[in-house]
Amino acid sequence: MLTILFDGVAYGMLLFVLAVGLCVTLGLMNFINLAHGAFAMAGGYLTVLLLNRYGVSFYLCLPAAFIFCGILGAVLERTLYVRLYDKSHLDQVLFSIGLIFISIASVDYLMGASQQIVNLPSGLQGRMEVLGASIGVYRLFVIVICGLLTIGLQYALSKTRFGSRLRAAVDDGRVARGMGIDVTRIFSVTFAIGSALAGLGGALGTGILSLDPSFPLKYMILFLIVVAVGGTSTITGPFFASILLGVADVFGKYYDNILEPLGKLIGVELPGIGAFTIYILMVVVLIVRPQGLFVRGASR
Amino acid sequence: MSDIDADKVRARASLLAEGRWRWPEVLFWAVAASLFFLVPTKLTLLSEIMILGLLALSIDLVLGFAGIVTLGQGAFFGLGAYTAALMAKHGYGAAPLLGFIPINDPLLGLVGGAIVAGIVGFATSFLVLRGSDLTRLMVTLGVALIVEELANKLKWLTGGSDGLQGVLPAPLLGKWDFDLYGQVAFIYAFVILFVMFLVARQLVNSQFGMSLKAIKQNSLRSRTIGMPVNARLVTVYTIAAMFAGVAGAMLAQTTQFASPDMVAFHRSADALLILIFGGAGYLYGGLVGAVVFRVMQDFLGGITPQYWQFWLGVVLLLLVLFVRGGILGLLRNGRDKFFPKSGKD
Repeated sequence: MLTILFDGVAYGMLLFVLAVGLCVTLGLMNFINLAHGAFAMAGGYLTVLLLNRYGVSFYLCLPAAFIFCGILGAVLERTLYVRLYDKSHLDQVLFSIGLIFISIASVDYLMGASQQIVNLPSGLQGRMEVLGASIGVYRLFVIVICGLLTIGLQYALSKTRFGSRLRAAVDDGRVARGMGIDVTRIFSVTFAIGSALAGLGGALGTGILSLDPSFPLKYMILFLIVVAVGGTSTITGPFFASILLGVADVFGKYYDNILEPLGKLIGVELPGIGAFTIYILMVVVLIVRPQGLFVRGASR
Repeated sequence: MSDIDADKVRARASLLAEGRWRWPEVLFWAVAASLFFLVPTKLTLLSEIMILGLLALSIDLVLGFAGIVTLGQGAFFGLGAYTAALMAKHGYGAAPLLGFIPINDPLLGLVGGAIVAGIVGFATSFLVLRGSDLTRLMVTLGVALIVEELANKLKWLTGGSDGLQGVLPAPLLGKWDFDLYGQVAFIYAFVILFVMFLVARQLVNSQFGMSLKAIKQNSLRSRTIGMPVNARLVTVYTIAAMFAGVAGAMLAQTTQFASPDMVAFHRSADALLILIFGGAGYLYGGLVGAVVFRVMQDFLGGITPQYWQFWLGVVLLLLVLFVRGGILGLLRNGRDKFFPKSGKD
């Protein structure tokens, strides 16, 4: 039981690092970037490439993925995304679907369609017993890293000058601009950091998430659920939303056949619930709280 | 009082004027019908294009006219496909309905597909009423993903990922079997598409259609002048779901197969892209888009088979960045430039 909870939290933390960039860009520029997962995929593939082909240490791959995706994000933001800010949501959706298609086909071309497997360093393999729960060292590592990142982000957002500017821009971009805050620049920086975090998440997640060319599509819905449930005005909202989703998903997969006795009772073979848990959770949340679970009154 | 009457007369006249047939439309359908004789070797492809066109038309109703962004129309397409396939599979040899209509009759399958898709569309339409574009996007996508998972997991009903084999629709109208060359399938798809198109055309040129356009432009104002906004959106979403269901049912019947692929995300995305290629809000956008999309797929897929997706992405980027309103939007802009209309449009 504790083990499942632990795995769920690790998964949730990872989800948070992957999705937080999307939340902030959405809240800041009201821009729907479905291609966010492509950056995570880039980070993941960079890790695979460095680790398996050039033998670079896994611990070095993580910052490499972070920096690479940050630069990638910054370049794409300046060249392509910047043209889309004043267009309709539909255009943004189509544009980012186009980017997803391009990234999927490119990765397929360069790396092949098969799922990639990384050889984690021996220090991260194995499990240990804590309080009667069996805990994977790798998952503990993921939790620690993501936890540190979360604390760092929260600190940067609430205590630094950049953070307060960012919050001002999210709350009301026009007024912030009027006060002399360079919202465009803040957005560029935020977009780059968000992409970098996604890249790091992708690199970290190579051992948990399955990495193949369809990655951006497969996890797109998860990121969107995090945003929808957590809202876009804070980072604590997405954080708790991620943990909730992670735990729910792992529980759902673990108790996949929970409906089997019921199915036997009514004589129909019921499907496992594992694949549905998060979707059902999302729909329920959106019915009960259309603006997200952790959102303060105001909507944008 | 007489002022109001005059307004009514004017409004009716403008609706009638909108609904008049113009020569490009007649030409379009004439060309489409003549393809039966012009390219008799490509009939299967043509039926598929028409089915895709019908699916894109259903998205046009919700997106182009009511302004609801949806990524989940594939759910209704798939529901229609599975319903028709199951009816054709289990209806074979079963007792006929009312004593003379076989359960696996193709037209009955269309009705069944439309009803099932319509019911689910109606039930999920209430989710779409709420929230922003993003929420709508997610909810429609979520519903589609749930349907896809169900198609995958309910093995006893759908055959799981292997798909549903042994789909044997009865002969059309009791006379014509679906043949290997796709002649019957072409005529079937053409007639159904034309009928559904007429329904859609009637719908958008009615007062109902006008109110949808008003809601799309400004839903708050529409509400304040007393329009039942939510009821209108629920209605159009349900109707569009039924259209998609018919399209799906047709695909299942003409290919005699149904699989989770028919519900998959790329169905919804492709159909949306088709509509955007052609131009949303014209009714013909989906049909023109479907032709261009499939021809492009054949052409680009011929050069680099696996990487059609890459070029699709590139075309999409260019379309969003440089071309507004799709092909029909381009045509309209061209027409307005070279044949400027006097007075108001």
